[in-house]
Amino acid sequence: MRALRRFLSGGWLPAYAFLYVVFLYLPVIFLPIFSINTAATPKFPLSGFTLHWYEDLPRTPALLDAAWNSLVVGVSAAILSTVLGILAARSITRYRYPGRRTINGLIMAPLVLPEVIVAISMLLVMLQLGLSLSLFTVVLGHVLVCIPYSMTVLTSGFEGFDRSLEEASADLGESAFGTFRRVTLPMVAPAIISSLLVCFTISLDEFIIAFFLTGTEATLPIYIWGQLRFAAKLPGVLALGTLLLFASFLLMTVAEILRRRAARRTQNEGGLYA
Amino acid sequence: MTVAAEGSPPLRMARAKGNALLRSEPAQGLALISPTLVYALILLVLPILVVIAHSFWTQNYLTIDRTFTLENYRVALTEPIYRDLLWRSLCISLTVSLLTVLLAYPIAYFISFHGGRHKSLWLFLITIPFWTSYLLRVMSWKVILGYNGVLNSGLMGLGIIDEPSTALLYNSTAVIITLTHAWAAFAILPIFVSLEKVDRTLVEAAKDLGDGPLRSFLRVTLPLSAPGVISAALIVMIPTVGDYVTPKLVGGKDGVMIANAIQAQFGKASNWPLGAALSVTTMVIVTMMAGATVLVIRAVQRLAR
Repeated sequence: MRALRRFLSGGWLPAYAFLYVVFLYLPVIFLPIFSINTAATPKFPLSGFTLHWYEDLPRTPALLDAAWNSLVVGVSAAILSTVLGILAARSITRYRYPGRRTINGLIMAPLVLPEVIVAISMLLVMLQLGLSLSLFTVVLGHVLVCIPYSMTVLTSGFEGFDRSLEEASADLGESAFGTFRRVTLPMVAPAIISSLLVCFTISLDEFIIAFFLTGTEATLPIYIWGQLRFAAKLPGVLALGTLLLFASFLLMTVAEILRRRAARRTQNEGGLYA
Repeated sequence: MTVAAEGSPPLRMARAKGNALLRSEPAQGLALISPTLVYALILLVLPILVVIAHSFWTQNYLTIDRTFTLENYRVALTEPIYRDLLWRSLCISLTVSLLTVLLAYPIAYFISFHGGRHKSLWLFLITIPFWTSYLLRVMSWKVILGYNGVLNSGLMGLGIIDEPSTALLYNSTAVIITLTHAWAAFAILPIFVSLEKVDRTLVEAAKDLGDGPLRSFLRVTLPLSAPGVISAALIVMIPTVGDYVTPKLVGGKDGVMIANAIQAQFGKASNWPLGAALSVTTMVIVTMMAGATVLVIRAVQRLAR
């Protein structure tokens, strides 16, 4: 009876939360573990420590090309989607107008649509328009899926933004550009950088859209996908995957810290979680 | 730069001229959002319309015949292979959304009601694995469930099984496990947000009026968090129905889903109209399933009160 009461009042929740976090992290942790294992197949018991698989990575030209492509695509997609995100987030948080929710819903829609369908729809249109598939078309696709994330991050930074500060600056004789540079920008800069990092990370990791929209050039996930066919290449893929994993962790942690700083500056919480 | 352009002059005008701001506010807002909106229209709405159009056309080798036909839909809905794939995709996505919501609810509840000062730290901890590449996460499940994988070699090392089990990988269960893991965080966040909005005094009141913890949870907290449960279910259900990577990597022959068939029509099989019809059919059916889910959850919510 006491056990039951404890169960009902939620005494089991911390233990459950702990197990849940283990469930979330465990699969991901196997990648780094087996990337430093000497055996060519990922199985227990571990056979020995090696950095061999990592040393091979920089000696693979195809991988270096893919890494460069990913960097170019990621930076372009991050900048473009953040610019578009800034405009949309500013409009949504500052103005009231009819159709605002519908427009917002439309812009956020790629978040909840099956990626394959988004990808093949864009593929069809691009082929119809006579665009040849290249990294450029990948960037176009990535921007579409990054905008919702950019919007979420930026909205949390812009919401609660005190307009009277801008007014005060204008009243005190600052020019429009001066107001932007000295009042608006410092307030929202962390959110903007956070959005850039989030979008870059998403683009870096994104597979489906790149898979459909790229021509002959591979991004890192596409390179990995190609390597998965060869069992012998698996340790190298695990090593590369581990590096990508750590890059994403790092970028997202920095992005989150910045987003919180931005939200605190405008006294607002929520963001990615709201 | 546009931010600067609309920074302050409109405000001054507004003060100078009473309701000018009121009249111009919609225009300004729309102007500001228009580049993003146009982008979404060109790369999302237009493509979807093109797909819908294609689904009513036919293809002869490389040319598209633009006479209206429902043939593609007949094939999509009656050919056993597509019917089976569609049915399996729907079952998998329904199971996955049910599982993710069930598993996520206690976590969201725990963070919201017992998270204390560390709420955002918990949320961060839970979301961070999901910012890593989806492809990599699916790959790690392949490593875990494989014939020579972590689970098999681990279980053999512990002496629980004598030879590797082939039942783990390359079936729909593997797909379900992988997808449930992949979408966990997406279910937690909406539930958490709606739990945060639950007025704590209502829960107190229920307790004061004699409801035990279970009754007050079932009659107050759970119904009030229904919107979060609904959006969690939909956020998982709709994208998973069209998942491509997971069935391809861990699904094997028995785990193939509709997205793999759609991709084939745009790749090897090269029948765009059929691929388009399959996409539209999938979207329509999953939308109906999502609608039904919303109705069921609402009905349950009404019963609970």
